[in-house]
Amino acid sequence: MMSAAALSAGPAAAEPRVEVLHYWTSGGESRAVAVLKQDFEAAGGTWKDAPVAGGGGDAAATVLRSRALAGVPPTVVQLKGPNIKDWASEGVLVTLDDVAAAEHWDALQPAALQEVVKYQGHYVAVPVNIHKVNWIWANPAVLARVGARVPQSWEEFNATADRLKAAGIVPLAHGGQPWQDATLFETVVLGIGGADFFRRALVGLDEAALRSDTMIRVFDQMRRLRGYVDPGFSGRDWNLATAMVMNGEAAMQIMGDWAKGEFLAAGRQPGRDFLCAHAPGAPGFILNSDSFVMFKGRTPDQAAGQTLLARLVFGPKFQETFNLYKGSIPARLDTPRDRFDVCAQQAMEDLKSSMEDRSLVPSMAHEIAVPGAVRGAILDVVTEHFNTGMTSAQAVDRLVATIGLAR
Amino acid sequence: MTGPTADPAPDVRRTRWRMLLQRHMSKIVLAPSCAAILLFVYGFVLWTTWISVTPSRLLPVYEFAGFDAYVRLWQMGRWHIAMTNLILFGGLFVLVSLAVGVLLAALIDQRIRAEGLLRTIYLYPMALSFIVTGTAWKWILNPTIGIQQFVRDLGFEDFTLDWIVRHDLAVYTLVIAAVWQSSGFVMALFLAAMRGVDGEIVKAARLDGASTARIYWGIILPAVRPVFFSAVVILAHLAVKSYDLVVALTGGGPGFATDLPATFMYEMTFRRNQINVGAASAIMMLATVMAIIVPYLYSELRGGKRV
Repeated sequence: MMSAAALSAGPAAAEPRVEVLHYWTSGGESRAVAVLKQDFEAAGGTWKDAPVAGGGGDAAATVLRSRALAGVPPTVVQLKGPNIKDWASEGVLVTLDDVAAAEHWDALQPAALQEVVKYQGHYVAVPVNIHKVNWIWANPAVLARVGARVPQSWEEFNATADRLKAAGIVPLAHGGQPWQDATLFETVVLGIGGADFFRRALVGLDEAALRSDTMIRVFDQMRRLRGYVDPGFSGRDWNLATAMVMNGEAAMQIMGDWAKGEFLAAGRQPGRDFLCAHAPGAPGFILNSDSFVMFKGRTPDQAAGQTLLARLVFGPKFQETFNLYKGSIPARLDTPRDRFDVCAQQAMEDLKSSMEDRSLVPSMAHEIAVPGAVRGAILDVVTEHFNTGMTSAQAVDRLVATIGLAR
Repeated sequence: MTGPTADPAPDVRRTRWRMLLQRHMSKIVLAPSCAAILLFVYGFVLWTTWISVTPSRLLPVYEFAGFDAYVRLWQMGRWHIAMTNLILFGGLFVLVSLAVGVLLAALIDQRIRAEGLLRTIYLYPMALSFIVTGTAWKWILNPTIGIQQFVRDLGFEDFTLDWIVRHDLAVYTLVIAAVWQSSGFVMALFLAAMRGVDGEIVKAARLDGASTARIYWGIILPAVRPVFFSAVVILAHLAVKSYDLVVALTGGGPGFATDLPATFMYEMTFRRNQINVGAASAIMMLATVMAIIVPYLYSELRGGKRV
């Protein structure tokens, strides 16, 4: 029926057509993508799937690069953070200003997110979701064994962790991969330094902030955290660390809200079997967000497909269903909250309050705040400090030096 | 009319064709692979060299920018760690593999029972890819589930084998896994060579009252000296291009303490949008391999003339 209608419309009417390069290949993620595909096809489009598994997007980035060099990039690509700006500056991305104006994107998404998806004032990407990075996930039964609650400040965290350690419990479940060390690090930076300091140090890369006493205190706290992880932490995947909290082998984990997906997949109830809470210290919201960009196509069909997909992705229906599957929260602020769980609802509340008091910051560890080279340089220092006997003062010096080399 | 004179012509032409084909068959068969090697080895070596002197970051940019990438490369602490690790890992890997391989070969050479079975057992690790070796040893060496925990469960509470999570010792776990994988192969090489040593000389030495150890040290090992050289070259280039083992065993960690040049190159090129630095590190790796291969080729070619 659909194809017959399209044929009778003649060659003049464009038939929406997209090829989507993405790396959402795990269970919940692929279910979420299937929702988008259904919506797109229901609206009369043709969807060609180009999933690239593995490497947390590295493999997909390689495919994208080679296809762009060959002159046949996929029309829609999952891309995030400063990578969006890098590709936009190559002049290969489609501007989405028309869709954005028609659908009131400016009013519906946080200003901090707009900075990420815009290049020189124009929309070049459409955000799919928002993840909060600075969470602490806790096992209430384990905490109860030492009579503790989820810590609210780093002093309280240290005191609780010492008690847990004395009781023979691993206080902090952690996977020693550089990005996980960096996730801890940026959470500590926000907790100890606050949002303004976070922005100066990890977004603006201001040397005075990087060398400050606050940064020394951050590294001191990182050294203490190193003492709270178990001996097998090195190279462990984040979901195995989450399982340790789930099974009561460890008390807490500091990780983004994708950890929630692991608890839910194992049939655990938020509030009863596990607790989600704002990470210790200053208020604030470290933002991580996935998005799609559109590479310039050659035919009207492709352009029509891109416009349709952009509209659908930021549409209220997709934002709700996708994020229910993915465990994140909608990038669209007017999405109704009632179908989300307590943790997601708290994230939405945190997002709202952090927008009001200007404590919404982009994530360094998750490639939102700084270009890949700079992020890599920061990760090198953080992870080396965490794994060796480096002092906080040395770490600060090293931080300034390696960031300089990477810029 | 012309029939009788024209008849033999196609035959002659065919035979001439056949002779031509026969004479040049080897060249024709080799041509495609020569072309492929020219393009995909030497062509890409040149391309990588060119990229390493451009300002390429996200995408290749073809304009000259001097040796900035090399300067930055050698200023990076991480590259120094990768090179130091290569020397440590490569040196130990070659030496220990040789020592273990020669020892195994000498022991199996004693005409023992079930030799075939033992040889298969020692050679078997070679049949595994480094990914499998790395993953298996990752579990064996993990302090919370591997050997350390096993021995502690036996009652030795203080037993510690946590090298894989110690930044200063993790590189030696690479040596353990790589030696486990490759020493059987070295054994096979030496066993074949030892079997080729003239039995009469050994018998004569034995009649003169030389001990087994003395016979090996004084006669057999010198006789198989060329094998040492082949083994060193093969092991050394395995060490330089090691990538999969690191990825599977330690993921380069803890931190980046077990980075090798190959993992460094991947990180820079594919994850950090620093194509020029990645290319520069690749060229440095090529130089390292050349430093091993060129003297080898030189000695081989010179040796060929002598024979």
